[in-house]
Amino acid sequence: MDYSPLFKPDTMAVIGVSLTNERHPANVIYNKLLLRYPVKAYAVNPKGGILQQEKVYTDISMVPETIDHAVIAAKADYVPKILESCIAGGVKSATIISGGFAETGKTDIQNRMVDMAREADFPFIGPNCLGIYSPQQFDTFFLPAERLVRPELGNVSFVSQSGGVLVDQMVKFAGQGIGLSLAVSIGNKALIREIHLLEYLAEDPNTDVIAFYIEGFNQNEGREFVLAAEKCRKPVVVLKAGKSRQGSRAVSSHTASLAGDYEVFSQVLRQFGIAEAKNEYELVSFCEALSCYPKAITGRVGIVTVSGGHGVLSVDACASHGLSIPALSAATRNKIKAHLSPSVREIAALVNPLDLTGSATDDDFLAAANGLSQSSEIDCILILLLPYSPGISSDIGARLSHIYLKTGKPLVAYVPHVEKYRMLIEGFELNRIPVSSSIEGAVLMVEAMKRVLPC
Amino acid sequence: MLKKIKPLLDAAAETGWVMEPDAKKILAIAGIDVPESAYCRRLDQALSFAGTNGFPVAAKVVSPEIIHKSDVDGVVVGIEDKAALEKVFDRFSRMDGFTGVHVEEMVAGAELIVGAKTDYQFGPVVMLGIGGTGVEIYRDTAIKMAPLKKADVIAMISSLTAKELIQGYRGSEAVNIGKLVGLMIGFSEMVMEIGDRIESIDLNPVMCSADRCVVADARIILPGGLDGGISTIDQDRDTSNTCITSEGLL
Repeated sequence: MDYSPLFKPDTMAVIGVSLTNERHPANVIYNKLLLRYPVKAYAVNPKGGILQQEKVYTDISMVPETIDHAVIAAKADYVPKILESCIAGGVKSATIISGGFAETGKTDIQNRMVDMAREADFPFIGPNCLGIYSPQQFDTFFLPAERLVRPELGNVSFVSQSGGVLVDQMVKFAGQGIGLSLAVSIGNKALIREIHLLEYLAEDPNTDVIAFYIEGFNQNEGREFVLAAEKCRKPVVVLKAGKSRQGSRAVSSHTASLAGDYEVFSQVLRQFGIAEAKNEYELVSFCEALSCYPKAITGRVGIVTVSGGHGVLSVDACASHGLSIPALSAATRNKIKAHLSPSVREIAALVNPLDLTGSATDDDFLAAANGLSQSSEIDCILILLLPYSPGISSDIGARLSHIYLKTGKPLVAYVPHVEKYRMLIEGFELNRIPVSSSIEGAVLMVEAMKRVLPC
Repeated sequence: MLKKIKPLLDAAAETGWVMEPDAKKILAIAGIDVPESAYCRRLDQALSFAGTNGFPVAAKVVSPEIIHKSDVDGVVVGIEDKAALEKVFDRFSRMDGFTGVHVEEMVAGAELIVGAKTDYQFGPVVMLGIGGTGVEIYRDTAIKMAPLKKADVIAMISSLTAKELIQGYRGSEAVNIGKLVGLMIGFSEMVMEIGDRIESIDLNPVMCSADRCVVADARIILPGGLDGGISTIDQDRDTSNTCITSEGLL
């Protein structure tokens, strides 16, 4: 199936607009497509008429252009007929927003639509979904533009069974400065399911990280999914819901009892190097880190701090996340020492964590991070940056970011997120260095890179 | 392999689970090490097995009506002579649904559990863990999707909290990792072949030593086999036919 008309349409039609109710979901979508996006949008309603000074077509076949993507937002009973007319009228794909199918027990109608679409090689998303959000291109969300929080264009794609989780996660992505390449709410996932989008996004040049919110798979679908993820070579992050066991199901063996549905899910994901986020917070941290650094590491962390306490706290956090803090060789220590400013050289603790003390300047941070980046003992650098120290300037983020560009060794920073440090933080973020507002969050970012290593 | 295993699974369709003698036959077909044993319907067969293989032996009741052998005192280990074996055989023969006695050589080593399950979402999966009565208390297990590669088994071992019991601990002998890897890979391949015919398999305990990894007890549950039959966590086991060092238990 060709998904390009679905995700990269030039022409769109919204079927089911109301001529009287401005707040009808179809109208919200049509208005957005008409006013905000570069696509050509057409409205369809059997009654015809005029909407937003534009003609409303009585049938999809009356639209004067070939439609790449139709948004269907009519009552469930009408949807199969509409789908049929779309296929007959040469429309190339659809998003079915309408609810009232398998989720209300009407599985037969839904199955009929799937058969029809398969027969015609016609891709559709849904039903019972928000559909697609493609930054700066189009969206099919029936949520008014002013109510949506829109992450910037970026390289993370997010696929969600739940539209609510998707929209809420977009708020968190935007807050953390994570850019989206595509977001899809798949609803009942009648035809297009996680596995299909995984395969599509694996080949999508604009996507570097693929994230999922998954409630469950069909029979053996999990197996296909992990095998496809293994092949795809882009980091895959999964937030799983429905972890607790339902009721007291009878178990017939130790294995059935110990290998419950979630235990299997979680451990198989790990086996194939898919990073399972335990909660939304981890999902955001993992996506941010992997959008900057898609390559797996083994998790040997070199820490640079100006505060002994932060060093100890971060060592504890690393240990609880399965990361190691290797000792530094004399060669590495000497190299760093040689490049420190004279006043810091005498008082800095040249071990791991490297404590540069409150006297440290930007140049000392650079000396430490440079030394660590050239050492084979560690494969990731964690910078604990407390901008209270007078020697640290707003340029430090941008300057440190060059280390990754030069050496390819990933660097993650902790900086307290308050407005007055914004420029310093942007110095990191705009240069694709992930920054967290907590030590725990920064450590999670490091962990993300380890979690995409199959084990 | 499937061709040879299929009749044994078919024969168990009625009870819903494969009894120990057939379960061990299935494992042997898959190339998995099982103790020398004989399924004896008559006393003279049991005595002849012990005569040939030597005492001590273990004896377990075989009955389609008894899935929890230990609960009905249906397992006796360390049987030292003919008289003791006669007595055990006589007692077992009066149990519900008695069809025979499974007489076996005694085996020793660290107690592991090896399991399999046909998962709805992921198909056949295999489990390795610290076995014995405590399996559901310690819950120290690793699960992976079948089939397994050598690196998978090594990763499973190192992910266990009590991995030292396998790798050697305070002077106790390490388990033969090559044998354990061989068992796990062979078992996972068997599960791939018969996955649609089984619900779950427990090999508990598998006794692993420096020489061998041998399955001391096995149970194969067929799909829907024990529907509502067991509502509590299964505590049935018979590890007592094995010699465990005190370190092994700690």
